[in-house]
Amino acid sequence: MKTGMNILLVGVGGQGTILASKILSHVALAQGWDVKMSEIHGMAQRGGSVVTQVRLGEKVHSPIIEPGEADVIVAFEKLEAFRWTHMLRPGGAMIVNDQKIEPLPVLIGAAAYPEEIIESIGQRVGRLTVVPALDLATKLGNPKAANVVLMGVLASVMDIPRETWEAALEARVPARFLELNQRAFAAGFETK
Amino acid sequence: MKTLLTGNEAIARGAYEYGVSVAAAYPGTPSTEILENIAKYPEIYCQWSPNEKVAMEVGVGAAIAGARTIVTMKHVGVNVAADPLFTAAYTGVRGGLVLVSADDPGMHSSQNEQDNRNYAPFAKIPMLEPSDSQEAKDMVKLALDMSERFDTPVLLRITTRIAHSQSLVELGEPIERTVQPYSKDAKKYVMIPAYARTRRLFIEERDKQLGEFTETVDVNRIEMADPSFGIITSGVAYQYVREAFPDASLLRLGMTHPLPKQKIAEFAAAVDVLFVVEELDPYLEDRIRALGIDVIGKAFLPAYGELSVSLVKTRLMAALGMTSEAAYDSANDVASDAAATSDCASADSCAACANVAAEACQTAQPIQSAQPDEQSNAVIATAEPFDAPVRPPVMCPGCPHRGVFYTLRQLRLVVSGDIGCYTLGTMAPLEAIDTCICMGASISGALGMEKANPDLARRLVSVIGDSTFLHSGVTGLMDIVYNGGTSTVIILDNSITAMTGHQHNPSTGKTLMGKDAPVVDFVALAKALGVRRVVEVDPLDLDRLKAVIKEEVAAPEPSVIITRRPCALIVKNTETPLECVGCKGCKACLRLGCPALSLDKGTRKVVVNSALCTGCGLCAQLCLFNALRKAGE
Ligand code: SF4
Ligand code: SF4
Repeated sequence: MKTGMNILLVGVGGQGTILASKILSHVALAQGWDVKMSEIHGMAQRGGSVVTQVRLGEKVHSPIIEPGEADVIVAFEKLEAFRWTHMLRPGGAMIVNDQKIEPLPVLIGAAAYPEEIIESIGQRVGRLTVVPALDLATKLGNPKAANVVLMGVLASVMDIPRETWEAALEARVPARFLELNQRAFAAGFETK
Repeated sequence: MKTLLTGNEAIARGAYEYGVSVAAAYPGTPSTEILENIAKYPEIYCQWSPNEKVAMEVGVGAAIAGARTIVTMKHVGVNVAADPLFTAAYTGVRGGLVLVSADDPGMHSSQNEQDNRNYAPFAKIPMLEPSDSQEAKDMVKLALDMSERFDTPVLLRITTRIAHSQSLVELGEPIERTVQPYSKDAKKYVMIPAYARTRRLFIEERDKQLGEFTETVDVNRIEMADPSFGIITSGVAYQYVREAFPDASLLRLGMTHPLPKQKIAEFAAAVDVLFVVEELDPYLEDRIRALGIDVIGKAFLPAYGELSVSLVKTRLMAALGMTSEAAYDSANDVASDAAATSDCASADSCAACANVAAEACQTAQPIQSAQPDEQSNAVIATAEPFDAPVRPPVMCPGCPHRGVFYTLRQLRLVVSGDIGCYTLGTMAPLEAIDTCICMGASISGALGMEKANPDLARRLVSVIGDSTFLHSGVTGLMDIVYNGGTSTVIILDNSITAMTGHQHNPSTGKTLMGKDAPVVDFVALAKALGVRRVVEVDPLDLDRLKAVIKEEVAAPEPSVIITRRPCALIVKNTETPLECVGCKGCKACLRLGCPALSLDKGTRKVVVNSALCTGCGLCAQLCLFNALRKAGE
């Protein structure tokens, strides 16, 4: 792996992006890397657009990823993937949860959810992985674990031992949800 | 007719002559007499508020409602009022809004000696500084005109010597007192982040325009005489300088934010040695230096206490090397040092340069400060090059606030809003909020609106959460009762501080450390403040809610409605979700903006997302066809 990596996690308030980025940061820590994570929320907790930026590497200075400099974008929702595509560097990878959450203007019929959104993302992004994370998590018994499914997919494209990820899960997830999350992680890791 | 007035009386006279309709203050020496004198003009509504923040909010509300407004306080009061002030700088005004800060150099009757000129660049608002009573009166007009022309509050900064000393003032006839008609403009007056970002850019533009204005406004005057030394000064210090050095060249600054950079540079170039004479902080000095112009200021003058004619005279003479009994021990040494770094246009004619090498003198080369470029826009705008529909934050499904905003909108009320989850009532489809300035401002702002425009009183409510009410709404309610306001305050009590992630507050019965705590009783509190009409209502009962709001808004006395329902995120929800059967596609329920409801594009019928629906039942109350009901019923 190159010395630094920029990972952007985008989604909708309530989808668990923050927990996911904490797991990611923990992994970086366990690797002995420097890590900076920045999250912007506030009103976004109420179903708004949420973005978390995680930068890891030998030494990280700025906590912010510039447009066109994300190595990986993990999108928890399709429209958010579309919205943030410009952040990806040429040749970067995008992991998209194949889930649609309509924003209010769309719900009430004041705006339209873009048609064929995955196709238009595909036109902009070279390496696109679409994951039915919500379905997978639902099958495992809890749709809320979709975020950890996505972490599993992310782990599979990063050059970090699987055990490190599993240890991070143990450290970050409350005991009573651990087993579910371990299965969710495995489901994601093995999708590819 | 000329008469002798103190600066405070002159400001009050200015308020009378130049069309002020609303004045609010908390008393504080040396500002107190301004309002006491305004009270002598029955044409102007004036009041004491329980503190400076409330007074400021009353002023902001009155200005938004269209009245020319003045708010006065002593310097430390501005610390208390800073919250609404800084955001009023964003919203701007409708009628002119002037904030008078009366500073107290020398602490004749104050606990500290802060220099409130620093507030002007900090809050990004223009500032005027009069140097006698006539100017104090004239500057009320200038400030009001500027406020309306540039859409900004204006800081009129005086000091004890201006406030409390008398000088001649020419009295004039009052102009007509007009209040501009009220109209809703949420993008300008509701400072949610999306709207505030736009206003932030407006401020940059306004600053540019003010930067041009300050170059030409006649209160910034060069009084050219002997070019061997020049003095830049403002406020009462101007008077000391004029008396100490009748023949000196002066740049007299009446508008001290933004500063006239070109005029300063022009003046600096025209004199051999340049001094700044000002009380307290090196406010002008530091800024002039930042232009690349060397000046002599606090090296010779104290940065504390008041100045006087003799102080100015001895210190400047010492600096110029013109006196044998310098007040400073090392005066001559300092003079040489100062001269070595000063901007002398001509080394030959420069007295201070007499004994320093001519090459040490450099021609003044003012540096224009960098213009803000496109970059600043780039930083503010979230880069989103693709045309994705926006995803605004929304109130949660089952939020107890939703029905309140729906009802307010339905009743077409003017809504003075506040900071919390419920600020989301600004956005479509509810669009029920007119103003949002800072925590607590809903209530005091509504009082100001009512005082400015009594017609608004019978269609005006303020809306505030439980935590925000305890933060600083309670003083506003006190003010409404005390000053005979009649508008209705709705306390949205959802038993938690929801917006920030569900923290406890004095009304929830728990402390941060998990201990039980006494619970503030809102009904008893409102009654203790003197509100006679206090009603509690379930916000999920729309019919009753509407009836109560109508009745209380109509009542010609203050009333408090407490809507009680815990935040949807803190209750263990056991309600069955709704389903939609037999929808006629009228979309009436969609006006609630509940994210659990959506329109199926194919069938044009509403569907309920049972994973999100909490079964609160609000939407069912809107459906005329009884299509929304508990699943399975
Ligand atoms: S957190 Fe509570 S108060 Fe805030 S929008 Fe959601 S339900 Fe309403
Ligand atoms: S009952 Fe209606 S308004 Fe309430 S949460 Fe369900 S869909 Fe939304």
